[in-house]
Formats: sequence, C-alpha cells, structure tokens
Amino acid sequence: MSRLTLTNEGVLETLKNQFGEAIISSETPYDLLTVEIDPAKNTEIIKFLKEEKSLDISFLTLLGGVHYPNDANREFCVVYHLHALVANFRIRLKAYLPASNPTIDSIVSIYDGANWQERETFDFFGIEFKNHPNLVRILNEDSMDYFPMRKEYHLEDATREDKDDRFFGR
Amino acid sequence: MGKIEDVPVINGEGFQLSVLDKVIATARANSVWPLPFATSCCGIEYMATMGSNYDVARFGMERMSFSPRQADLLIVAGTISKKLAPILKQVYEQMAEPKWVLSVGACASSGGIFDTYSVLQGIDRVIPVDVYVPGCPPRPEQIIDGIMNIHKLVKTESLRRRYTDEYKHLMESYNIDSNE
Ligand code: SF4
Repeated sequence: MSRLTLTNEGVLETLKNQFGEAIISSETPYDLLTVEIDPAKNTEIIKFLKEEKSLDISFLTLLGGVHYPNDANREFCVVYHLHALVANFRIRLKAYLPASNPTIDSIVSIYDGANWQERETFDFFGIEFKNHPNLVRILNEDSMDYFPMRKEYHLEDATREDKDDRFFGR
Repeated sequence: MGKIEDVPVINGEGFQLSVLDKVIATARANSVWPLPFATSCCGIEYMATMGSNYDVARFGMERMSFSPRQADLLIVAGTISKKLAPILKQVYEQMAEPKWVLSVGACASSGGIFDTYSVLQGIDRVIPVDVYVPGCPPRPEQIIDGIMNIHKLVKTESLRRRYTDEYKHLMESYNIDSNE
C-alpha cells in the first residue's frame, strides 16, 4: 500500500485550483503551511480538505482566536489547525474578521470537536459562530459582560482595591 | 485526646466540678473536623499537612470531612476562580454551626499573583474568614500554625457566638442567613 504523502506546495496548489480567489495568501513559517482564507468560505474549504480523498486532512487539532486591535478591518482572526493523520501533514488556516462584525460560520457540522472550541473562542473574543448549536460561555462565569482576551480590556481584575501597584512592579 | 488546659477543675470524692463552657470548648477544639476545599498548589501543600510526616490527625483532625454537613472547619487552600465562588459559598452555607474558616495561601486570601479577570480576589469577598495563612504556598508548619490559631479561637469564643449581634451582623454583610 502506497503511503499518502503531502507537501506544502502540492496542498497549496490543490487549494488554489479548487478555490481560486478564496485563497488570499500563504506563507510557511517553520515549514508549516499557513493559508489565509476568505472567511465566507471557511466551511467549504475545511470540508473539502476533510473529504477530498487525495488529501484526507481530517483531524481538527485546534481552533482559536487572535485579536489584532491595530489592523483596521481585520482585527479578529480565527485560526484552524488541521492534521492529516495518514500523511502526517499539518496545515493552518487563518480567517480575518472585522471588529464591526466578527462573525463566521461554525464548523460544528464538519467537526463535532469544534463545538467547545468555538464556544471558548466566543467566550474570550466575542467572535460569533453562525449556526453553532449552543453558543454560550464555557469557561468564564455566565454573568461576565465582556470578552476578556480582547486587548482593550485590562488583564488585571477591575474590582481589586487592596493591592498597591508599587508592590507588583507596575 | 488533647489536654484540657486552663480549665479550673475541682476534684472531690466521686465528683468533679468544672466550667461546662470551657470543657465543651476544649472538646470542640480537639475534634475540629476539617473540610478541605483544596485547589491548585496550596492544595498540594495541605495534602502534605494531612500526610504522615506532619499528620494533622495529632490535633483531633483524623477525619477529613468531605461532607459540609459534618465539618467544623472549612480549609480553603488554593486559587478560587470567580466561577467557583458561588460554589464555595454554597459549601459554607451547608456547614452547620459552629463553623470556622481557614484561608490558606496568598490566592485564597487575596487572589495572590493572579490579579486577573477570572480569579476571585480573596475568599473573604464571599465568605467570612477566621484565620489567614500567608505564603505562596505556605509550608505545612504554617498551615498547622493556622490550625492552632483556629483552636485558640474555638477555645476562647463564646459557645453561642452565632447568637451574638456581631456575628449576625457579619453574616448579614455576606448575605448569609445565619438562622438556618
Ligand atoms: S498562593 Fe501560591 S502556592 Fe498557593 S495556590 Fe496560589 S499560587 Fe499556588
């Protein structure tokens, strides 16, 4: 049985042929293929990677968010790490969203494992996942009224009153 | 069984006179059943305190009570997140009077190094604390010292401290119904 081998160039080529414009840019930091994709096409692309027999990139390693407060109209980024278990090949997809409407389609219909990870990303960054079955906070208390990993919020607890900054190196 | 200290005792033929309050207080102090509410690193240190080297059983704490109903002392050791705070309060409310609280370590006492959105900045924001043990983490000796201080409180406090105005006021300030 011949073992499936995937290369950065080959996978990028396949993606470009299949999706054209939706593949916005790519780079390979530390030899990890990183592709910026059109956020409107995220489910299609991830589904294709999973179901295309010649790729079989069918394991969701991680899904998370990043906040870049200074990048106008692309303040939020949703990052998908995918893994082809047979070929032992990894790929990273990035979809940038504007702060005015940080919304992207949920991929729970493709990977059940994305359920809690999307909830976590929502919990910390306030990124909305459309069609998610239960998009509520998962780690923070339900009564929290902001998204703590957004950089406009201080990391420190806002209710503290007994701590003197001088003793905390600030 | 610990020694009954500082209790005036009059021994006669076939009888013994003493002060009931003090006898009860001493008995209580030597059989404080702890409920370990242990999270993170301080919890590990408390486990060492429970173990055979330090052996809290020497102080009448043989039995860790994992049921709040049968516990006298709530030992909170470790970082308490804000999400955990209502659960901690519920555990405290479930304990029967008389009850005491020992806060072990910087995190339980003040939030410690975790000055952050997710961590409760000291358990005294949700429940009253009797003794604080500083340290990050405190050594078992310090935890035992805290326990000794709890014993002092148990021995010297009024047996019916929960009927005192001061205590009622304290409970009210935490929104806890002390008459349950
Ligand atoms: S006080 Fe220090 S040792 Fe104790 S739980 Fe907090 S960080 Fe850990």
